[in-house]
Amino acid sequence: MTSGLWELVLQGIWITVQLLVLSALVAAAVAFGVGMARTHRLWIVRFLAGFYTEVFRGTSALIMIFWVFFVLPIAFGWQLVPLWAGTLALGLTYGAYGAEIVRGALNSVDPAQREGGIALSFTPWQRMRLVLLPQAVPEMIPPFSNLLIELLKGTALVSVMGMGDLAFSANLVRLALQESTEIYTYVLLIYFVIAFLLTRGMRGLERKLKAGLGKPVGSTPDQELHRPETTGVGAAGALGDVGAGGASS
Amino acid sequence: MTWDWGAVADFMPRFWDGLLLTLQILALGSLISFALGLVWALLMRTPTRWVRWPVGVVTEFIRNTPLLVQLFFFFYVLPEWGLTWSALTTGICAIGLHYSTYTMQVYRAGIEAVPAGQWEAATALNLPVRRTWTVVILPQAIRRVVPALGNYVIAMLKDTPILMTITVLEMLGEARLFAQENFQFTEPLTVIGVAFIFIAYPASLLVRALERRLVR
Repeated sequence: MTSGLWELVLQGIWITVQLLVLSALVAAAVAFGVGMARTHRLWIVRFLAGFYTEVFRGTSALIMIFWVFFVLPIAFGWQLVPLWAGTLALGLTYGAYGAEIVRGALNSVDPAQREGGIALSFTPWQRMRLVLLPQAVPEMIPPFSNLLIELLKGTALVSVMGMGDLAFSANLVRLALQESTEIYTYVLLIYFVIAFLLTRGMRGLERKLKAGLGKPVGSTPDQELHRPETTGVGAAGALGDVGAGGASS
Repeated sequence: MTWDWGAVADFMPRFWDGLLLTLQILALGSLISFALGLVWALLMRTPTRWVRWPVGVVTEFIRNTPLLVQLFFFFYVLPEWGLTWSALTTGICAIGLHYSTYTMQVYRAGIEAVPAGQWEAATALNLPVRRTWTVVILPQAIRRVVPALGNYVIAMLKDTPILMTITVLEMLGEARLFAQENFQFTEPLTVIGVAFIFIAYPASLLVRALERRLVR
């Protein structure tokens, strides 16, 4: 491969990373917003949040991307810049999965903690902010880490729309060289390295958050070994260990 | 925003074709992933490190890289290696292989959840290894993992549209073709989106019911 083609691949990596960071931020915002709404005391809020989750988990991410790119401009007259269209489609879809993680983690906080907050006559928002979230967030990190890998893999989908991400550059290089084995091997390796770095980063984050709570740090990774990786609705704890990751329940 | 029911009616015959193909891909892909996942899970339990290590690395690699890129890899690289498979076959095998790395984790969890007493009883009865697995361990393990496998079938359903990119005309492929021929994007894309919800949501309810029945 010539240096010009490598430059193309580097640009692709840059777009992929940008897309990953932006859509992860959108997904996190959606996940916390919708996830907390699902524990709200008004049934209509819970219902709307549940409806959102089911719609976005029910359809495929690729269909959402097509919808945002093709239907949104025609039906509503909103033409988004490709990067933002991709961010929106991925953020909304993966945010719906994240919402289930947030809800599961909030539900897994010891009920006595909630009752303690009520006894101290905290407002619901104070209870959420001061009591529930600080305990639930460390529990969310391992499933979120899996979801982040899923999101990374999801970013490859936008290449179908001609966005110049890593998968798209790979295709250009393939066309230029008329030879596929080399470039696709490299690209798969690059994705793997990014995924590896993400997993490491999330593990460090978990350690930090758990240390702040005084919880045993080593406990979760061991549990995680026994839990199947999340993907899509498959985010359920397989064998009744529906703790923080119990997304399908 | 204008909604054209005529376009929906025109799209319907192709929608059924696409749906049928999607379900075929799903059925075959699930079979491959269930079988291959069990093979991986059993290989990971062999005492030889030289078997476990490569299997672990390969499956971890497959799990952490995008299905789309794997699909392109097989679609463009296999012919270079002298294997000319049809797009459909390539796609089904790629999906099956990708998801086998997930089902492997499920089987592993299921096998580890079998109480140690069952292993000890098999040893006490002097059962050979093969019979220990086929008669004692696997029946208990698989019964418990059925709901989790069901979850991956739903996830796989939602990944079938990716096969559009290698010219397989499943639901999204049909919808895109229709859209490009008639310049009507809203109707076909919305119809298949709704179709996915209509399949995936009852399916996930079914999985939840199974989970309640099979896993206590």
